[in-house]
Amino acid sequence: MAYGPKIIDHYENPRNVGSFGTQDEIKRRTDVGVGLVGAPECGDVMQLQIKVDDDGKIEDAKFKCFGCGSAIASSSVATEWLKGKSLDEGLEIRNTQIVEELSLPPVKIHCSVLAEDAIRGAIADYKKKNGMEVDAHEHDHAH
Amino acid sequence: MSVKLPIYFDHAATTPCDPRVVEAMLPYFTEKFGNPGSRNHSFGWESEEGVSLARRQCADLIGADDKEIIFTSGSTEANNLAIKGAAEMYQKAPAGSTGRGHIITVNIEHKAVLDPCKRLEKVGFDVTYLEPERDGLVTAKMVEDAIRDDTILVTIMWANNEIGTINEIPEIGKLCHDRGVVFHTDATQWVGKMPTDVKKDNIDLLSFSGHKMYGPKGVGALYVRRRKPRIRLVAQVEGGGQERGYRSGTLNVTGIVGLGKAAELCKQEMDTERERLLAMRRRLETRLTERLDHVVVNGHADKRLAHITNISFGFIEGESLMMAVKDISVSSGSACTSASLEPSYVLKGIGIGDDLAHSSLRMSLGRFTTDEEVDFAIDKISEAVVKLRELSPLYDMHKEGIDITKIQWQAH
Repeated sequence: MAYGPKIIDHYENPRNVGSFGTQDEIKRRTDVGVGLVGAPECGDVMQLQIKVDDDGKIEDAKFKCFGCGSAIASSSVATEWLKGKSLDEGLEIRNTQIVEELSLPPVKIHCSVLAEDAIRGAIADYKKKNGMEVDAHEHDHAH
Repeated sequence: MSVKLPIYFDHAATTPCDPRVVEAMLPYFTEKFGNPGSRNHSFGWESEEGVSLARRQCADLIGADDKEIIFTSGSTEANNLAIKGAAEMYQKAPAGSTGRGHIITVNIEHKAVLDPCKRLEKVGFDVTYLEPERDGLVTAKMVEDAIRDDTILVTIMWANNEIGTINEIPEIGKLCHDRGVVFHTDATQWVGKMPTDVKKDNIDLLSFSGHKMYGPKGVGALYVRRRKPRIRLVAQVEGGGQERGYRSGTLNVTGIVGLGKAAELCKQEMDTERERLLAMRRRLETRLTERLDHVVVNGHADKRLAHITNISFGFIEGESLMMAVKDISVSSGSACTSASLEPSYVLKGIGIGDDLAHSSLRMSLGRFTTDEEVDFAIDKISEAVVKLRELSPLYDMHKEGIDITKIQWQAH
């Protein structure tokens, strides 16, 4: 597949790769929200984590991704955009913005959808852990 | 020695033309351009001479008689002619009825065999698709268990194009002859690489292609047995009656001359070439499995072509791996690149889980592959796998002892 320069850049130099702890640790951390979306048999699994400070701002974000170059680039962009945003601002990120930013080819649009789902999943997880109300559409996003 | 990039490790897809083949073809474009069907002048005679020599060279490669070679546009056409042509010739009931006859094939055949079989299924034939085990091997026993009184045709590839597993072709041929069933083999990956004797190996119909054996694209052949038993086919392309009426159309003389030369070279060089390729393939497999954990070499351990290896790298995805090794031209077990999310039906067919089927590379070496290229590939692939596993949430989970097959994934 012929990819544009932005995808290749994010693929070759992915931003914010990592995790705020083992699966066990991040499950217990209340300042961390995790979104885990996709499935190995579909060829894409995205894990996106946000770390939220006392003022409710996303101070850090990290990802790991099993998937094609577009999936890796989409999650890399998502972590960059999340940093410094409030939870509400984070929820405003749309997959179409990722498509535009990376010039994703049509067959790879599902990668951006996955990234949006991962963002929503991470924010919903954080809210749940902290007893905040989760809007239905935040975790029940249809596409 | 420095390696020239990109490296070509996709010889099972196609091979470069050997320069000696091109040399042999050239006069037939410009000087000896006649139509071999022109029986009444020297232009026709000299191109006919070129075709005759090529027919002899092809026959020699597989132990056939000259008259048993039907030139086609390649293996796809040869497979179509063999399967549809034999089914129509040996059918038990006429077109328009059901129960026209039983055909046996395998679920991991090439599409050029599966699709003609599916077409026949739609017009009244029954087809059994054998399902090999994880090694991909098709045995005579499997065919024997599937043969019925109304079986008219068995079509089974000699060696698989994705995993290289070599099937029990002479034994299956013997069984078919004992039972009076026509036996076709798609030998596209086999011919030119392995010694072939259609007489001894009990084959009735055999397809092969020029561009898989250092010949040109757009030319191939079908071997059609003439004695014990004499096999007949219903032509699928009709017209001027060339190729004993089995395949009409002016002969592709340049292509045929190239195919012949390629066949001659393969016959001369296949034994030394095979040893060299096997040593390189083994090094590739050994080094990668030594350096990396969770690496699986797919296909049969021993019964496998010397030049093909199909390797699954756990916890990473095929397309991103291909991107990481973009200097090495390989084929991915995952069809992600062709816009489909489906992993290879061959790997799925032999029971390799979706997760591993998504992370597979097929590498196929060839006549011009060097040791330096193999070493370069080993380094590049190892680095890429390590890098992608650092990115992979699945590898993390695995290291933390989490069974990823037990997670409730949100499939899309």
